[in-house]
Amino acid sequence: MEYPQAQPLGEEALLLQWDERVDARLNAAVHAAATIVRSAALPGVHELVPAYASLLVRFDASIWSTGGRRDAHAALHAKLIEILAAGGGKVEVAPPPARVHEIAVRYGGEDGPDLAGLASTLGLDEAEVITRHTAPLYRVAMLGFAPGFAYLLGLDPRLAAPRRPRPRTRVPAGSVAIGGLQTGIYPAALPGGWQLVGRTARVLFDAARQPPALLQPGDGVRLVALFPHAAASGRASV
Amino acid sequence: MSLEMLAGGLATSVQDLGRPGWQAQGVGAAGALDADCLRLANALVGNAAEAAGLEITLRGPCLRFTRAGAFALCGAPFELTLDGVPCDPWRCHPAHAGQVLAVGRALRGARAWLALAGGIDLPPLLHSRSSDLNSALGPLPRTLRAGDTLPLGTAARLPPASPARWSLDPAPWFAEAGGVPLRLLPGAHYARLSQHARAALYGSVFTVAAQSSRAGLRLDGTQLDLVQPLECVSSGCVPGVLQLPPGGQPILLLAEHPVSGGYPRIAQAAAVDLPRLAQAVPGTALRFAAVDMDTATRLLLARRTARTQLEARIRARLEPT
Repeated sequence: MEYPQAQPLGEEALLLQWDERVDARLNAAVHAAATIVRSAALPGVHELVPAYASLLVRFDASIWSTGGRRDAHAALHAKLIEILAAGGGKVEVAPPPARVHEIAVRYGGEDGPDLAGLASTLGLDEAEVITRHTAPLYRVAMLGFAPGFAYLLGLDPRLAAPRRPRPRTRVPAGSVAIGGLQTGIYPAALPGGWQLVGRTARVLFDAARQPPALLQPGDGVRLVALFPHAAASGRASV
Repeated sequence: MSLEMLAGGLATSVQDLGRPGWQAQGVGAAGALDADCLRLANALVGNAAEAAGLEITLRGPCLRFTRAGAFALCGAPFELTLDGVPCDPWRCHPAHAGQVLAVGRALRGARAWLALAGGIDLPPLLHSRSSDLNSALGPLPRTLRAGDTLPLGTAARLPPASPARWSLDPAPWFAEAGGVPLRLLPGAHYARLSQHARAALYGSVFTVAAQSSRAGLRLDGTQLDLVQPLECVSSGCVPGVLQLPPGGQPILLLAEHPVSGGYPRIAQAAAVDLPRLAQAVPGTALRFAAVDMDTATRLLLARRTARTQLEARIRARLEPT
């Protein structure tokens, strides 16, 4: 795997970019690099933001542009490549997740109002959508969109679903959703355009918790269907 | 000690220096759109730099002091009266118990920051008292309204007997968004813009659209296009990114921006011009000019040094002699 390209993002940030793809192996390289850079505790580097295929490094230009170094970005980039090389920053395979969360999900009915429509669009029955959605060991690629919102890697491509043409103005907290090739859980009531297939009672974000987000970048996630038969019979009675 | 809100104003919110350090948790730094103005207002009333104050937008609040205190307003010029008597901004004024401070309309620009001696003492959330309106996060995750009561902390010093005999010169710290071109650094995808779009970015006028907010300014004007469509995956964002959604109308991100974004990044506003962007209102006409990284960095660090020195001079002046 290549070392990342570096792009300045304004005067005080450097975006390390591995590629422009959603790929579990690339994402593992990002998290490995984030761990190495974090433990290096470079002076003036105050924030690291891992994403699908990039790591944003925010720094204080007054520290990296002094001492005759005119180009703070080049100086920081050289230092980052040096510590990534020393830390074995070339990750060939995704290591197993340090933590795996089991998240109980009620699928269908009021909890997953788009499940029935999605199943018929995909030409599957609802039980098969649930089986395929609960099969993978998902990995948290990144957090974004809203506090505690985890983008999960590993969706069965057969379940890829277009976003709704008109986003909902309010998606209930805990909604489990599919958008394109991605799946995720809404941590709070938010506007959203993904297809809602189920809901969990787990609290995904709590500012009083350390760290506040339940799902951390790199974590593993298993979705477990709660009462799949009850959901099916509930639908039958509607 | 507290403040009673008699009227909330158009979009008044509690702001401090925000929540840096939580972006990987999906929480943006946000905070005051112009941290320099908030810091200077805090210095004038004897507060620490990180004390929470009020960010006021276009039409200000009306509030009553329940005990003697002091206040200072920095930013855009606003109508400002204490019990009906006009007060000037950029100066520390005392207020007696029961007095009513009314912040009226912005005379120019859009936003100002009101510091109150002792600071607004809501319980911090993730080390900040600020309201992140876009994520509905904070001890008070919304704008202020009539009937709200805001607790004030203990002031570092007794309220002054009369308005300070000196005030700050706003000239280095306040400028409108329109007029002089705003400086842009090239973004990672600048080279992907069509030749026509590159010329339009620097040669035409963009108007701030009504759907703008603390998260970003949506810009109407010449539709910008790429040589060919570009698929990006989401990556971390910072304030000042000028991103280009498929519709061709760019969005300039402000402090309360989403933590990540997947649109092409065509340019980046120089950080030294972000305070001017906080003064943009719907309808403001913006022009852009190119700047290089060395110049932008030098200007940013010079502004930061000047602000730090001014804060120190204010603090020295407040010390009893």
